[in-house]
Amino acid sequence: MRLSPAGNLGGERISLQSSLPKSFLFVTLWLLTFLLSGSQLSHAIPPFARKYGLPCSACHEAWPKLNSFGQQFKDEGYQLMNDRDAPIWQNPSYWPIAMRITPHWHYESAGHTAVTSVPGDPTSPSIEKTINTSGFDLSGIDILTAGTLAKNISFLLVPSIDPGDGTVGFESANVRFDNIANSPWLNFKFGKFELDVPLSEKRMMTLSNVGGEYQLYHFVPFGDDINDFSFGENQLGVELMGHSKDDHTRYALSMLSSTNGTPGLVGGRTYDGYIHLSQGFMVGSLGLQRVGAFGLVGFRPTYFETAADGNATPLPGTGIGNRSFYRAGAYGSLYIGKFDLTGVYQHSSDNVYLGNATAANGTLPDGARGPQWNTGTFEAHYTHSPKLFFLGRYEVVRMTQQSLADTPGDTGNADVFTVGYRYYPFMHSRAGLAWHQEFATGRFRKTSDSGQDQRNNSYFMGLDFAF
Amino acid sequence: MRALASVFAIMILGCSLASAQNGGVSSGYPTPRGNFTVSQQRGHGLYLRYCVGCHGVYGDGNGDHAPFIDPKPRDFVTATFKCRSTPTGTLPTDADLIHVLKTGVEASGMPSWLPLSDQNREDLVAYIKTFSPRWQSEKAGDPIKVPAEPPVTKESITHGAELYQKMECWKCHGQQGRGDGPSAPTLTDSKDQPIRPYNFADGGNDARFKCGDSNQDLYKIFMTGVDGTPMPSFADVIQPNDAWDLVHYLRTLQVHRKSQENKIVHETGGKSPSAAFGTEKAPGSGN
Repeated sequence: MRLSPAGNLGGERISLQSSLPKSFLFVTLWLLTFLLSGSQLSHAIPPFARKYGLPCSACHEAWPKLNSFGQQFKDEGYQLMNDRDAPIWQNPSYWPIAMRITPHWHYESAGHTAVTSVPGDPTSPSIEKTINTSGFDLSGIDILTAGTLAKNISFLLVPSIDPGDGTVGFESANVRFDNIANSPWLNFKFGKFELDVPLSEKRMMTLSNVGGEYQLYHFVPFGDDINDFSFGENQLGVELMGHSKDDHTRYALSMLSSTNGTPGLVGGRTYDGYIHLSQGFMVGSLGLQRVGAFGLVGFRPTYFETAADGNATPLPGTGIGNRSFYRAGAYGSLYIGKFDLTGVYQHSSDNVYLGNATAANGTLPDGARGPQWNTGTFEAHYTHSPKLFFLGRYEVVRMTQQSLADTPGDTGNADVFTVGYRYYPFMHSRAGLAWHQEFATGRFRKTSDSGQDQRNNSYFMGLDFAF
Repeated sequence: MRALASVFAIMILGCSLASAQNGGVSSGYPTPRGNFTVSQQRGHGLYLRYCVGCHGVYGDGNGDHAPFIDPKPRDFVTATFKCRSTPTGTLPTDADLIHVLKTGVEASGMPSWLPLSDQNREDLVAYIKTFSPRWQSEKAGDPIKVPAEPPVTKESITHGAELYQKMECWKCHGQQGRGDGPSAPTLTDSKDQPIRPYNFADGGNDARFKCGDSNQDLYKIFMTGVDGTPMPSFADVIQPNDAWDLVHYLRTLQVHRKSQENKIVHETGGKSPSAAFGTEKAPGSGN
């Protein structure tokens, strides 16, 4: 999925009053009462907890966010590095599978949405208005299968089912050779996987439409319709990753097909390169702090070979006229007891042909330039206990160079604020259940058809569970 | 604007109720007593996060996952600990417990908690010690003295092999150190749970012992014993130099590990340590 300010709907004013049904309050209170009155429920066993007997909280600050122990477990290839890692130790009935889904109620407000002035009449003049929607809904179902095929050979396979049409996609599918030559510095992954990014979007703690994606990873400048790269999407390729024994020093190098993780050789024949370096250090009783830097250089085709079928249909995989882009950033994660704050700065730049959606053998419009922008992400958590987790996030995107010289400099600038909490009524080794409430609001400058700012709001409450 | 206020009111109400549920008896966990130190209070929180699944809320080794774990999780109420630097039957030092948290316990479900901070481990140890009254009435034992390790030689390994026979280590650990000696099927721990002798032979170049991976760790294991298991302390029946010889021989049983001991075995021309040092067929071994 790709979030473009140009495609976002919004309005200047936060306008919830017109659409919140009266039953909303009753539903919320009923859910809260039900959830908080009984809290020792489930007996299903997620695969890792079942394999090692650890509660969710051993690896997660609050699931799905990893803590330092969980990060090391992941970096070791889903192994605790004892003699119980190989699957041969497991009972034959053991099946390394878990499922996660989130039934929820959500409200969406999208301002300055272009609509026909007469519903159903495409010839009527276009106007802009705030569109409010709400109701019960489902997230996609993630089927999480992961573990070890043998000692030091791990895997992750995540089929994901769309709740709307039931189609299945493969979010992750990879095999990893861990601790090659008995060294934690050499781990080789092959397949489709999430890049080793500073803030994992697959483990993000926000779920609403507005707050459920990092602008850091998904922001697309106004007019940039070719470059589909997103840090937030799992990528196809290989990764060489390593870490010190205590996991304080980490590196990751990846080479990726230039398809943004889409299978079927749909793009060109180029590859993207990614690097991530980080260093953690213990600071007294505060815990593990971490700083790091990352960067990606990639290419995207601007046009394709075409079939001689009378329609000049582009031939998948034959992309040519490749043009470059890059992302580079630095970050720091600060832990002070139960409070943690991560700040990420990223600078992004796309080639002028990508930024203006123009084939490299075509003619650029007057004043065309390569778009550049900066992103700042500040995400804070307060882990009151493994069972109660508060979060807040502010994201800011500022264009430093538009793709066209006459485009106002602040077009597309974004400010997104998200706040919420998750409550886990039990913390066992068998399953996970979280009551999730979240509010997010985003303002995108001059992105409506009429050049107005757009504001989107999301309110989300639901039950996030995995077993 | 009223509806927006309602949204935030509901969120505040929800997290207030959650917060009220989160502590004390309603969370399903006992609240630590008021006279706990700050370190013990912090340790309590860490214990609930990391340890409770196996060791249980009362520290008695009856966590939710205990039925599925072999060997069973440690019972902190009895304060009987396997890995110590102190004589058998005595309480371990804090450093011993912290060492276990750092390294884990091989051939068990206990992982290494290296990613935790030093403060975290100290707090956990402080809390774990609240489970048993022994910590109130007894002091930790004095750590045994580990003399300097003599050089590894063919003679020391050969002598160690002889001691392995003489002290009948093979009865439990087997002639090849595979944990398959004739007594192995009959062994039980202090809670009458079946327990397997340590298998030296499995494992690669990173093979570890139950309570560590250095020669010093192995020396401590058989001079202090592994309390709660049939592995006794040999402190009263073996001299330090003999103990080091036994350490050198036991290293050769880790056949896949690159070590000075195995290098000497290979230089001697032995295909296996027992063959190299003439201990392949011990009388009465049953193997």
